[in-house]
Formats: sequence, C-alpha cells, structure tokens
Amino acid sequence: MTVILSQLGEFEVPAGPPGGLWLEPEQATAVSGWELRPEGLCRGDVCVPVPPSKAETLVADGKINLAALWDHMGMPIAQSADGDVWALGEGAENRAAELRSLEAPDFTLPDLAGVQHSLSDHRGKKVLLATWASW
Amino acid sequence: MWQKLYDELKDQNFTIIAIAMDSEADAARPWIEAAAPGYPALIDRDHRVAELYNMVNVPQAVWIDETGKIVRPAENAGAYEGFRAMDLETWTMPDGELATTISAQATYFAAVGDWVRLGAESGHLFNSDQARARTALPSKESAQAHCHFHLGQYLLRQGRETEAREHLAEASRLHPTSWNIWRQAAEKNETGLAASAKFWDRVQALGDDHYYPPVELAGMPK
Repeated sequence: MTVILSQLGEFEVPAGPPGGLWLEPEQATAVSGWELRPEGLCRGDVCVPVPPSKAETLVADGKINLAALWDHMGMPIAQSADGDVWALGEGAENRAAELRSLEAPDFTLPDLAGVQHSLSDHRGKKVLLATWASW
Repeated sequence: MWQKLYDELKDQNFTIIAIAMDSEADAARPWIEAAAPGYPALIDRDHRVAELYNMVNVPQAVWIDETGKIVRPAENAGAYEGFRAMDLETWTMPDGELATTISAQATYFAAVGDWVRLGAESGHLFNSDQARARTALPSKESAQAHCHFHLGQYLLRQGRETEAREHLAEASRLHPTSWNIWRQAAEKNETGLAASAKFWDRVQALGDDHYYPPVELAGMPK
C-alpha cells in the first residue's frame, strides 16, 4: 500500500508502478480534489490543460500521476525513501491568496478526548485563535 | 495561560481556541488538564494551523470576528523576550525584564478584552488594508517545508525515526525562521523543554532580530 498525506486527510491506496504516484481517477479526486475533465485536470473552477509534451507523464492508461501533476503545478510534494508515503501540500500562492482574502482558513483538529472541533463551529462568536506548545 | 482571560470574557459571545503545536497529545495533556479549560484545547500534531496561518512561533494568535474575518493577523500573542537576558548559570532574569514580561502579557490581554467588549469600535483593530499589509505570507520554501514536516511527523509516528529526522531537518532548513518546526524536532532538556545549548546558540544567533517580535499595540515593549 501507499500512504498519501494530503490537505484532505490521510489515505491508503494500492501501490502503483515506481516513478510516480499513479491513481485511478476516482481515487485521485478523493485524495487530492483534482479530477480529469475534457478541458484538462481540474480542481473546482481551476483547470490545467494537459500539455502534449507532458501528456504521458500526467495521464496514462486512464490513470493520473498526482506526483507529476504536483510538479507541473509547482506545488509542494515530498516522499519517503521507499516511495511508500507521499505528502502533497498546498501551494504557497494559494495559501497566500487565502490569507489576503482575510477569510480565516477553516481547520478541524481533535481535543484530548479525540473529539473533533472546527473553527467554523464558532461562527457568530469572536475567536482568539491562540497557539502554545509543551516544548 | 488563557483560562483567566477566557473566564473574564466568555459571556460576551467570545471564545478562545487554543492550539497545542505538539507531536503527541500526551506532551500537552498535563498542561491542558491543569488548566481544565472551558474552551476548546486542540492538538495539532502536524502543525496544520501554523501552515494555514503562516505562524512560526508560540504563542501566536489571530483575532477572528463573528463573520469569520481576520481582524488582526497572526502575531506574537503578547510575549516579551525578557528570557534572552536570563543568567544561564542561575536561571534568573533581571527584575526589570521579568516585570516587562508580565506587563506585556497584561497589556495584550487587556487589548483582547477591549476588542471583545467594543467590537468594531475597538481602537486595536486593523482595517482590511492594514490587516493585509501585516499578514506575513508563505513562500514556496516555507510551503515545501511544511510538506516535509508533515511527512516527517507521519514517519515519526510509524517509528521510522531516522528517515523522519531527515525530513524534519529539511523542513527546518527550508524554513529557518520557524521556531515551531525547529523546536518540535529539537532535543529536549530534563524538564521537557527544547532549551538545550543548541537552542540558546540559535537565540544568540538572532543578534538584533527578535525572538518574539514586538506587538503593534500601545504600551507594548519594543
């Protein structure tokens, strides 16, 4: 199995051939939000045409190579030495645009009891989002 | 650290959300249990909030209004770096530095109270342009750093420590101004603090740069 750590969560997918992160289209969408459409690879309103020079590295045999897509988009990506764990990050420009909008990015995290809390649960109140650490 | 402030303001349509930048819930547990907070105290083992809000140290805070809009972007939450004047032989701070540390936090908390009571009328809020101008934005390198950090934290949880350490070191190399990334992975002293000789060397190397940048509020130390 291959583990993918993305912005949408932690996923296990069947290990594919070496030299990329090849996923069935439905899986690719589930782990990354990106999907294959006639106009290219898309996430929400954003579509990236598949250039002929990269067609075979991005899409082949009906599968999508997320590693190549991330490289193509210049988005952060890292993998373990064995290629069995991949982290797919969000691009700095998207993060920056989000922060510039001044709309507080939502997140969901557990408390000590494992209960999940989201920032958006508190809409309607003022929130002081404050960090600390034991170290 | 936040409970008293929360108790003062909790009946005024306000909450604190405390985020522990800690790999393991058990590291944060004693503090949270001692505080017995009435507000959500969450564990952020992969430093996701730090990534989303481009935070680099603790304590940092963001003021978010009732509509979910950021009215003060991520900033030092009233900490003063008086500890830099600490005598490392005796672990004591000069009196003046300690007093300044205490008053800086009180000034910051008072400003939060002012905002909660007065809302948009508070003199401590930034307008949208000011808030944007004060928002530190992530770089390509810092985004890549968080990616390595996420992978490193996962590998650490899987017991693949040697490999994990490589990704955590790469994260710190790519994002050297993040104390969160460095201290999370740094060796801890006998009291569990990432305050080894290496930490003090790193603080020393800041020179005239700040460990806790001054907060832009009247009455705050520079």
